Amino acid sequence: MKSLGTYLRWDTAVGILLIAVFLAGTSSTDGFASSGNLSAALNDTAEIALIALPMTLLVVAGQVDLSVASMLGLSSALAGSLWDAGYAFELIVPLCLLAGAAGGLLNGWLVTRVGLPPLAVTIGTLTLYRGLASVVLGDKAVAGFPDDYARWAAATETVPGTFVPYPIALFAVLAVLAAVLLHMTGFGRSLYAIGAQEEAARFAGIRVRRVKLALFVVSGLMASFAGIVYTLRYGSARADNGLGLELVVIASVLLGGVDFNGGKGTLGGAVAGVLLIGLLNNLLTLNDVANEIRVIVTGLLLIASVLTPRAVSAVAERRNRRLAASP
Amino acid sequence: MTEVPVLAAHGLSKSFGAVRALQDVSLTLHAGEAHALAGENGAGKSTLIKILAGVHRPDTGQLLLDDAPVAFHGPADARDAGIAVIYQEPTLFPDLSIAENIFMGRQPRRTLRRIDRSAVRDATAALMRRLGVDLDPGRPARGLSIADQQIVEIAKALSFDARVLIMDEPTAALTGSETARLFAVVEALRAEGAAVLFISHRLAEVFRLCRRVTTLRDGRRVATDEVEALTEDDLVRRMVGRDLDELYPKQEAELGGTALSVRRLTREGVFHDVSFDVRRGEIVALAGLVGAGRSEVVQAAFGVDTPDAGEVHVAGRPLRRGSPTAAMDAGVALVPEDRRQRGLVMEMSIERNIGLTGLGRLGSAGLVQRTLERGRAADWAARLRLKYGRLTDDVGVLSGGNQQKVVLAKWLATEPTVLIVDEPTRGIDVGTKAEVHRLLSELAAGGLAVLMVSSDLPEVLGMADRVLVMHEGRLVAEIPRAEATEESVMTAATGRGTGEAAA
Repeated sequence: MKSLGTYLRWDTAVGILLIAVFLAGTSSTDGFASSGNLSAALNDTAEIALIALPMTLLVVAGQVDLSVASMLGLSSALAGSLWDAGYAFELIVPLCLLAGAAGGLLNGWLVTRVGLPPLAVTIGTLTLYRGLASVVLGDKAVAGFPDDYARWAAATETVPGTFVPYPIALFAVLAVLAAVLLHMTGFGRSLYAIGAQEEAARFAGIRVRRVKLALFVVSGLMASFAGIVYTLRYGSARADNGLGLELVVIASVLLGGVDFNGGKGTLGGAVAGVLLIGLLNNLLTLNDVANEIRVIVTGLLLIASVLTPRAVSAVAERRNRRLAASP
Repeated sequence: MTEVPVLAAHGLSKSFGAVRALQDVSLTLHAGEAHALAGENGAGKSTLIKILAGVHRPDTGQLLLDDAPVAFHGPADARDAGIAVIYQEPTLFPDLSIAENIFMGRQPRRTLRRIDRSAVRDATAALMRRLGVDLDPGRPARGLSIADQQIVEIAKALSFDARVLIMDEPTAALTGSETARLFAVVEALRAEGAAVLFISHRLAEVFRLCRRVTTLRDGRRVATDEVEALTEDDLVRRMVGRDLDELYPKQEAELGGTALSVRRLTREGVFHDVSFDVRRGEIVALAGLVGAGRSEVVQAAFGVDTPDAGEVHVAGRPLRRGSPTAAMDAGVALVPEDRRQRGLVMEMSIERNIGLTGLGRLGSAGLVQRTLERGRAADWAARLRLKYGRLTDDVGVLSGGNQQKVVLAKWLATEPTVLIVDEPTRGIDVGTKAEVHRLLSELAAGGLAVLMVSSDLPEVLGMADRVLVMHEGRLVAEIPRAEATEESVMTAATGRGTGEAAA
């Protein structure tokens, strides 16, 4: 007897669920499948989707970065303050990215050199980076960013001939690169080894600390880039931009079947998780479901995603044991 | 000895899977007696202690307490019966005080179930006075020396009115004066009528402290002797005397140039000033007792640990310190002792585990080509006669022996010139063991330099061209194959006659 898990992997199941939600939305809700709505729905998840890519790599390697939303806010505040001071936007972008890389470097340094647990480190820098964002911009809001860039980030402007907004198109390209990195390279293999059994990875000659450091830097970099996208999309730089977004990112990644304990999961699953939460939110909004209920649905979905694979394997194990016991 | 023993074991046997850890072992402990338990690593000492302590239940055999049969269903039963075990590394709660540690879970109470702190303190102080030591009951356990922690454990045992005190290598981590204090405490307890079962690899201590000694070998009792009637050499012979069988198909190999050269390697507090060479075609064994620092030396040589001083040369070129990658590039491979934690990623497939040491070589531009990965695994699985279902199965489903073959495959696939193996046959069945030995012998005959850490003396004697012996972090003897006997190796390993053995 084979268990359900042998036929259907969790990430595939999430993919199927995604399609089911899409079809259900199309038939039940007017305007859901319109290209305008889909563009908006996708673009609304742009920052979450972008940050989820390095987050997936981190979680596979048994790490986590909770400071991403704060870094997004810091990047946004930095962009606003520099724009206010009259800097060219072409200069602001690399400066924000630099800040993101530096923040990631600090996280990675504390984890790999000082030896602190990533959860503790990034809870600390979550507060630190958000605090810095307030120092940089106070409670001001800066607007009036250059129109060319703002249009690039808006849902109304799409890749010609499609309903895909530019940030999502960029995400798609990066997702393919991340998938290749995770599933087809030696670097990707080493992430699974580190996440599943760090000692064994070290004894196999994998440069564990260097790999982790690189992941945190990329995570910080991506978070700061998402900060710029967010700022342009909403046309407003604020220190509290993206507050609490880190939890949605992590929820999406876990929903996609990436094991929080490390060593398991696929990038495709994580992307499906991001899109599922995005579409579901859009669908509930179109049906005038209150925000509180949407949050509750997301939470239940997350619990179900963690619970279901375990329940399936527990049932399978019990059945196997019964089969083994009977002659 | 007509008096009734406090604790007696009759015909104890215990198997773990296919491994027979104990077979028909008997032991008697009398009140006021210090009794030593001797034997090599793996002889069954730990299993016997764990049965006496109620951790394991014997498959057959009986325990008698004051001549009445008892069955322990857990450590608490043994403790309530007055049996206390002091382990080599005590397990105290570091953030609790000495007094709180001693009375954990059974503190004297006042009204409203409040803990009576002054009663706890006073009782602890009384215990310390009885042991004749000066330790403040209110001091936290964190920061206590190992010796002081053991005293706390002994005080805890006393507070349970223990009549049998089992001490598992208590002196392994103690200095000379700490050992003397421990012995004074033990002697006092024995004089009060407690029975003491004492395990130590240091034979001098056995002779100093104990009246009788029971020797185990391969899970069987060899003898129980009055210590006075024995010499240290008699005891060593009892511990190791056995025939070499055909498990060790050592081929003659032509020795080439020096492949691995370790020069004055030191890690503070772990090992000191270790120097040796391994030549091509040679199998060199690193022997010694558990805790002598052998694994630590080879891990530092490979670079997973960073030494404080010293150098490692491979084929004449110095290795960068603390870099396994550099060691691998130079052709060094390390098969670690702990398969499950260090050798393998248990929840990864067989082929990916084997591929893990060659991630840069399984394709171009960092990509891993599945066909190359599969081919590498299939090739080595066939060469080592690995028994498996599919190469995509998790390595965790394999038997211990086959898991060890995967670790070997993973490292042999790197085509090393120096192969370091740490306890290559621990915990695997006899058939696979012989296969591993044949493999090592063939590889050496083919020009590979093999450095083998092993606690299995027959394996050391059967396989090695040269035996290096470590004792307490130092290399104390180098014995050529012709002169290596169980006695000469054990003599050096237990730290006796260092001078003559090295000659």
